[in-house]
Order: sequence, then structure tokens, then C-alpha cells
Amino acid sequence: MAQTIETHGEPGLRPAGLRGVAADFSSDQRAFKTASWGKAMMWIFLLSDTFVFGCFLIAYMTARMSTPVPWPNPSEVFALHIGGQDVPLILIAIMTFVLISSSGTMAMAVNFGYRRDRHKTAVLMLLTALLGACFVGMQAFEWTKLITEGVRPWENPWGAAQFGSTFFMITGFHGTHVTIGVIFLIITARKVWRGDFDVERRGFFTSRRGRYEAVEIMGLYWHFVDLVWVFIFAFFYLW
Amino acid sequence: MSETTAHGQSPHTQALHAQDHGQQHPIGLYFFVWGLLFVLSAFSYMVDYLGIHGYMRWTLILLFMMLKAGLIVAVFMHMAWERLALVYAILLPPVLVLVFVALMVSEADYTIFTRLAFFGAAP
Repeated sequence: MAQTIETHGEPGLRPAGLRGVAADFSSDQRAFKTASWGKAMMWIFLLSDTFVFGCFLIAYMTARMSTPVPWPNPSEVFALHIGGQDVPLILIAIMTFVLISSSGTMAMAVNFGYRRDRHKTAVLMLLTALLGACFVGMQAFEWTKLITEGVRPWENPWGAAQFGSTFFMITGFHGTHVTIGVIFLIITARKVWRGDFDVERRGFFTSRRGRYEAVEIMGLYWHFVDLVWVFIFAFFYLW
Repeated sequence: MSETTAHGQSPHTQALHAQDHGQQHPIGLYFFVWGLLFVLSAFSYMVDYLGIHGYMRWTLILLFMMLKAGLIVAVFMHMAWERLALVYAILLPPVLVLVFVALMVSEADYTIFTRLAFFGAAP
């Protein structure tokens, strides 16, 4: 389970561009020369998650294209009654801004982590977790509102029955990802605050030395959750 | 488990420390991208708010979506500073999803054709 060390070759003299791709993949020991084991594995997990959400969005596309019944207008379905008039999609817009802000605070946390400023890193990660929890809270509000209005996975008052099933499946899976992210953010923030990554304290589960790269890997997951929302926002809510 | 070797002095740990300082970028860059993401999200919301429809709507939605996704992956996820081997290994496979999309578009077209032809307008 150890990280590999290069036993020969000059680390500073790696070719760039396509020649570098060929050299890296045909080299011994490891293909991803500058990404650590943990970071490469997180990227590969995110790639597999991309396919999961890709399949969901494709299923949604197929359902929406193949039904002769009109699709409910998301602009009206997700409107909120504020100040005497219906504002279209306003809750979704707020959720989008909240998630983007959490991505921003996460990027800051990674930055301060590499500067070894553990208090700022931990506070920014907790702020990220708080924004993520706000997002999940608003999603719970949105689900409650739609369910009281009569949306079910098999029917809804406005049009094609597939609207409910795709909505609950896609936003439900995304909300689950956000929730898991919040939990892991809190766990990692606690480790940062305690100074685990300054003294290289070993993880309770993996027994690997704690490093500030854990914050960046956590960040990769969190930004991915934001990334998926960009696609859901575009295809499900705006299309 | 070679990680249980000498603490702090081995070339192995030095290499890890070098990685720890691998992704340092000015904070201003993150604020700039953060601002851009806000503006792009506001633009895509305006597409709906202003009631733009048809091909213009779909083009704008896809444009803002791709710009936002690109900024998040390139800057926030540091893909712009990784070696090309990792960039290609992660970013090329999702492109193949487009083949799946093409398959399902043709499938959905056939489904709605049969539904309309054999069941009238009922679902």
C-alpha cells in the first residue's frame, strides 16, 4: 500500500504534451507521476460517479423525449410566491448560488491547507459544510413543497408522469452526495483543527500518515458535487 | 508497508512534502473564478427569467453550463496544473457518454413513434 518512489529517471526532466502522455503511460511503477495515489484514486472514483449521473441524465432525456404527454414546465413548477407574485425558479437559483459559494470556500480551504494555516482551513471547511447543509435543507423544503402539491414518482398534476420519478431520483442522488460530503467535511475539518496533518498523525482507518493533501482530495469530491449540480441545473431545471 | 521507516529524513517523506506544496496558487485567482461562476449562474438564470425559448435558449444554457463546468474542473479542481496523462485519463472517457446519448436519442425517437402510431396520444 506504500507510495511508489521513482528509482531512476530525472523527475525534473519529464517530457510535456503528448510525448509526455506516452512516456508516463509506458513508464514503470506509476502512470500519474505528479498525482499521489490518493488523488488519482479520488479522480477515478469521480470518473465512475460521472457515469452514474450521466446514466441518470440520459434516462431523464429518454423519458422526456419519448412521452407524448407534455412535460411540466419547471419554470412554473419550481416558482415561489414572494411579495405577491410568482418568481420563477427562485429557490433553485438560490440553491445554485449557495453551492457555488461552498465551492469557493472549499477552494480557499485547500489553499490555506497548503499554507499550513490549520485554523483558517478548518473554519473554511466548516463554513463549506454549513453551506452544504443549507443546500440540503432547501432541497428538503423543495421536496416537501412538491409532495404536498401532489407530485409522486408515478404521477403529478401538471403533465408527464415521468417528471416525478426522474426528479426524485436525480435530485435525491445528488442530495445524498451532498449529505455524505458534509459528513466527510466535518470529519476532515476536525482532523485539521486537531493538527493531525501538521504532526502526520496516522488515520484511524487507513493508518496512513495524515497530510494536507487530504484537504485537497476532500475538495475534489466537493467540487464534483457542485459540478454535477451545474449539469442538473442546466438539463433538469432550465431545459 | 514501507511507510513505517524513518520519520522525516527518508527521500520518501521528502517527496511527499514536495507534493504538499504542489498546488499553491494566488488567492486572487480563486476569487476571480468564484466571481465568474456567480456571473455565469446569474446569466443562466436570466435565460429562464427573460423567457428566451427555442434554439437560442438551448445554446445559451449549454454555453453557460460548459463554461461553469470548465472553470470548476480547471481551476477549483486544479486540472489545469496536472500532467496530461491524468487529464486525458479522466476527461476523455466522459466524452464517450455522448455516444450513449446518441443511441438513446434514436431509441427515444422510435419509442414515441410506436406510442403515437399504436396507442394514439395516450402515454
